Amino acid sequence: MSVRSKVIEAIQQIAKEQNVTLPELSDDLSLHETGFDSLAFAILVARLEDEIGVDPFTISEDAAFPATVGDFVRAYANVPA
Amino acid sequence: MSPREIFALRDHLGAELKGRTISDAHDVVSLTDILSHTVLGGRLRELSGRAVLLKLSDQLRSGLAMIELDGIARRMLLCPPDLNPAHLDALIADAGIDAVVTDEPDRWADTCVPLVVVARLPLQVIAPAKSERATEWLMLTSGTSGVPKIVGHTLEALTGAIVAEGPARGQAPVWATFYDIRRYGGLQIFLRAVLSGGSMVLSDPHESLADHVARLKARGVSHISGTPSHWRKLLMSGSAAQFAPAYVRLSGEIADQAVLDGLKAAFPNASVGHAYASTEAGVGFAVNDGLEGFPADYLGNRNGVEMKVTDASLRIRSARTAHAYVGRNAAALTDADGFVDSGDIVELRGDRYYFVGRRGGIINIGGLKVHPEEIEAVINRHPDVRMSRAKSRRSPITGGIVVADVILTEGTDQARAKEIRDQILEHCRAQLASHKVPAVIRFVEALDVTPAGKLARTDV
Repeated sequence: MSVRSKVIEAIQQIAKEQNVTLPELSDDLSLHETGFDSLAFAILVARLEDEIGVDPFTISEDAAFPATVGDFVRAYANVPA
Repeated sequence: MSPREIFALRDHLGAELKGRTISDAHDVVSLTDILSHTVLGGRLRELSGRAVLLKLSDQLRSGLAMIELDGIARRMLLCPPDLNPAHLDALIADAGIDAVVTDEPDRWADTCVPLVVVARLPLQVIAPAKSERATEWLMLTSGTSGVPKIVGHTLEALTGAIVAEGPARGQAPVWATFYDIRRYGGLQIFLRAVLSGGSMVLSDPHESLADHVARLKARGVSHISGTPSHWRKLLMSGSAAQFAPAYVRLSGEIADQAVLDGLKAAFPNASVGHAYASTEAGVGFAVNDGLEGFPADYLGNRNGVEMKVTDASLRIRSARTAHAYVGRNAAALTDADGFVDSGDIVELRGDRYYFVGRRGGIINIGGLKVHPEEIEAVINRHPDVRMSRAKSRRSPITGGIVVADVILTEGTDQARAKEIRDQILEHCRAQLASHKVPAVIRFVEALDVTPAGKLARTDV
């Protein structure tokens, strides 16, 4: 499974658990518009760390938190797992 | 004025009850004629009035030495097996130790302890000794890093709850415990066995659970106690099926509904009760209605034990609490009114109080305080879960999140893991605030339990 599909699947799983209705997950969608709160993002990052083996936001101190879904996926895609 | 009558352990051990024993995995010792035998090589006189360190590698000789020393020594300090040797010097200084009872005399040859007495089996015949004084019992607190605190008890305080319950009806019980008897929870059981006219079967840290249970059964154990973690391990082991005690007791950790129900199912003919006790607060109460928590009307004065809740924690005042911390820099054990703060946080729901966790065990989740036990209690309620541990994990987004390690009940189909995970999360979301719901659930084969029988909450 590609990194992208792992990230998207995790987002959809958490949305289901948190009763969040997701808009279509295009690359341009701002993370704010996903309807996720900070707790949901914290869950997402923790699960992806277990699944993919990296937490790109802790590894690099100066990594700005991504603004869009595309940025978020790239943060994982760009880190060697 | 005549001095107050001294009632030591030996004075509870009349010779009228035959067939009483205390045993471990290697030896069986008769309690019936114990008063005319010595484990101390006949050197009890030398220990009269001394502050004695009881530092033995096994529980059997420790228990026999306690029977002999109580009423003779000025004080005795019980060393649990997991005591860090680096802390011994500080404890010896704080307790004013001037004698040691040991099975490793070479280790004490060049130390500042002036009197070294060797405890050995088999017992030797001796003329019975007479109680001279009320010996102070010193026990060590568990669970803290650093030098443990020394807690001072009297035999009267230690046995207050046992005496209040009165003698066991019917056949003399055969007691056993998963605890070590040099810890408060285990000592309570040892004292129950001595006072009740029964027998005692000791645990052995080197024995497998299956062998231990086989021995409990072979010795006819009828009454047995342990922490919820001990019991969960037994239920997981599959060994419980061969064992049918009459009384099953839990203490030392929160007994949640899942473990109470699990024990009731495993031992349908046993009465299952959970007791509230701590090294400092003594025995508070026992709950025998099969439900977690305790009735709200237990607060107030009940059978000589006064309880109140202040700042959400349970406070206890009674003749069964320890009387002091011992040592040069010892803090006060009670507040100005004589109440011990147990540090156990309780919450009133309806007409019952429920334990939610330890004050010192709070984990911080994004600035919010969370008791891991509260989360575990919800997870453990799932029928396919045997045991769980909640803890915090660093998060770059919120600072911290809750994660949980879960052991499934034996024989659970691994293919159902995802379905079970979703159900657990659903239960947690229905019953817990959102920041307490585990972000990640991991299924594990085992969880560490400390030597004191409690779920290990820090990773080694």
